Amino acid sequence: MTLKLESKFGKYGGQFVPEVLMPALVELTEYYEKYKDDAVFNDELNHYLRDFAGRPSPLYFAKRLSREYGVKIYLKREDLIHGGAHKLNNTLGQGLLAKYMGKKRIIAETGAGQHGTACAMAGAAFDIKTEVYMGAKDTVRQRMNVYRMELMGTKVIPVKSGSQTLKDAINEAMRDWVANVETTHYMIGSVVGPHPFPTMVRDFQSVIGKEVRTQILEKEGRFPDSIVACTGGGSNAMGIFHPFIEEDVDLFAVEAGGSGMKTTEKEALHSATLCTGEDGILHGMRTKVLQNKYGQILESSSIAAGLDYAGVGPELAYLADIGRLKPCNSMDSEALLAFHDLCRFEGIIPALESSHAVAYVKRAAASGELGDIVVINISGRGDKDLETVMGMRK
Amino acid sequence: MRIEEKFKQLKEKKEGALIAYICAGDPTPQATKEYVTALVRGGADIIELGLPFSDPVADGPTIQAGIQRALDGGMTPDVYFRTISSLKLHIPLVVMTYYNLIFKRGLEKFAKDCAASGISGMIVPDLPPEESDELQQVCKENEIDLIYLVAPTTTEERMNQILKEGAGFIYLVARLGVTGARSDVAGSTRELIKRVKTTTPRAVGFGISNGKQASEIIRAGADGVIVGSAFVDIIAKGEDVPVRLEALARELKDGVKGQQ
Ligand SMILES: Cc1ncc(COP(=O)(O)O)c(C=O)c1O
Repeated sequence: MTLKLESKFGKYGGQFVPEVLMPALVELTEYYEKYKDDAVFNDELNHYLRDFAGRPSPLYFAKRLSREYGVKIYLKREDLIHGGAHKLNNTLGQGLLAKYMGKKRIIAETGAGQHGTACAMAGAAFDIKTEVYMGAKDTVRQRMNVYRMELMGTKVIPVKSGSQTLKDAINEAMRDWVANVETTHYMIGSVVGPHPFPTMVRDFQSVIGKEVRTQILEKEGRFPDSIVACTGGGSNAMGIFHPFIEEDVDLFAVEAGGSGMKTTEKEALHSATLCTGEDGILHGMRTKVLQNKYGQILESSSIAAGLDYAGVGPELAYLADIGRLKPCNSMDSEALLAFHDLCRFEGIIPALESSHAVAYVKRAAASGELGDIVVINISGRGDKDLETVMGMRK
Repeated sequence: MRIEEKFKQLKEKKEGALIAYICAGDPTPQATKEYVTALVRGGADIIELGLPFSDPVADGPTIQAGIQRALDGGMTPDVYFRTISSLKLHIPLVVMTYYNLIFKRGLEKFAKDCAASGISGMIVPDLPPEESDELQQVCKENEIDLIYLVAPTTTEERMNQILKEGAGFIYLVARLGVTGARSDVAGSTRELIKRVKTTTPRAVGFGISNGKQASEIIRAGADGVIVGSAFVDIIAKGEDVPVRLEALARELKDGVKGQQ
């Protein structure tokens, strides 16, 4: 008997989707429950994680940054994973599951293009036709990633509706799934969406935190005092947090503070959903959402396309409510400074998303809030962001 | 008027029902009043008025565009209830919207506002029965029918549960996919009509755009048709809208009467 998966986190989570999709969610849940602890499935997944993705990723002691910031800093190097971000952990897991389910086609949404790229890699590796929805604005901001996906045989479909960013790409992917549910797997890119996605994606990303447990014990003989991760949908955060939930380790979810905490009727200048969002329903889940007084979803904003999302994973909303993680945020300008710090002091060019986590450590270290040893999840590398950063210097 | 009563009347007359959808506030609240009147003149039996949501995942490009025009025109839930209260219709009125707008207003308040403004049914496409206990309860207390959808992918087990809870009518989603006008009747539609065994009226929606399709669907055993995108298309074009809405409603009504 396999254990039933949790479908709710406190009041959050659930399955708020059109009837057409309900049977597909039931099917996906059944397959996931069946294979999640299956030896053959896991052997195959581990093979891909090791030989294709390059796991385990190192846990690196950042000597100069530690001296600068005044706290002992370890970097979890997800930037070194194939494709340049943690996203591949999830797409290999879901891609393999899609293969076991006999799905003929994979669709996905992407914001920065990192998840789309990881889907393209999984699609090619498992020989499954892959199509990725991407906000038209993002296809311009992240055109190198569009080309990368195309090189690997993935079709990129620009989404011109709404704000033309991640939230609209998710809407469009869900519409596609509704029409093609019998043959197609929807490979959601973060710990968001209807059950079982938040649980399943968290489990596939938990490889990050499991490795950190072993690595930090080898280096320090104890767990860190705190773990800091940037949070868009929350998959790199849940991936590194989850194996530490029961431990005495403080968890910090750093959201995009954008250009300030202001909102209007239609838009937020930030993407700080855990910090400022309200209980609502978006993209099949109940969670914290950036919305106006009527419940219309706001257009969010961030210098980091991967954090630019008006929702957040339901488990993070729950952990924030019960006080198990601390929601915080870094502004665009702080993230940029931290980006340059990591480049200069450590010779590591981080993604702008991950730079938000570094920026928070820079700010919080002085207060002693982080303790003596902190692990930062460097969720991705910054090559994709060079144009944005160059543009800011001008 | 309650939905059940309407279907009873139609049954006595041996007519199918025409359920006409437009999005409230598309392109202005004032225009909506005029358009609803035109649809009623053309023979619509039930009016389904969309309350626009920023992220309508169950809708195709036509209705998305209508929703965008309505939001740009300043439609909000407050304006919606005010507009509806002034309609004074003698046929049932149904609200179609996404769950977050109901949730944010508060289930109780939303249902009370519906009842007070003459709405007798609710369609919430992103709320499957698994998540709807609370809303179901509140709807019952306010004598509003919570209308459920069934799809070609719905399993027998779920079908039985939905049919047990469904009130007003059962909304049969004619095909996989989002809303949008098509010109044919899919084989899956006929099959679904056969599968849905219930005494609650069954209305078929998604993709119906002309009188011929409407009459085929009634002949296949359905009690009504739901037409949206074809009307919203007329609004999008913006020429002689009331006249053309009325004409299409008449064509469809003739179809469901079996006079096509
Ligand atoms: C490098 C990187 N980090 C973080 C994120 C944010 O996603 P999540 O919060 O799911 O980790 C993204 C999303 O594209 C990303 O590319």
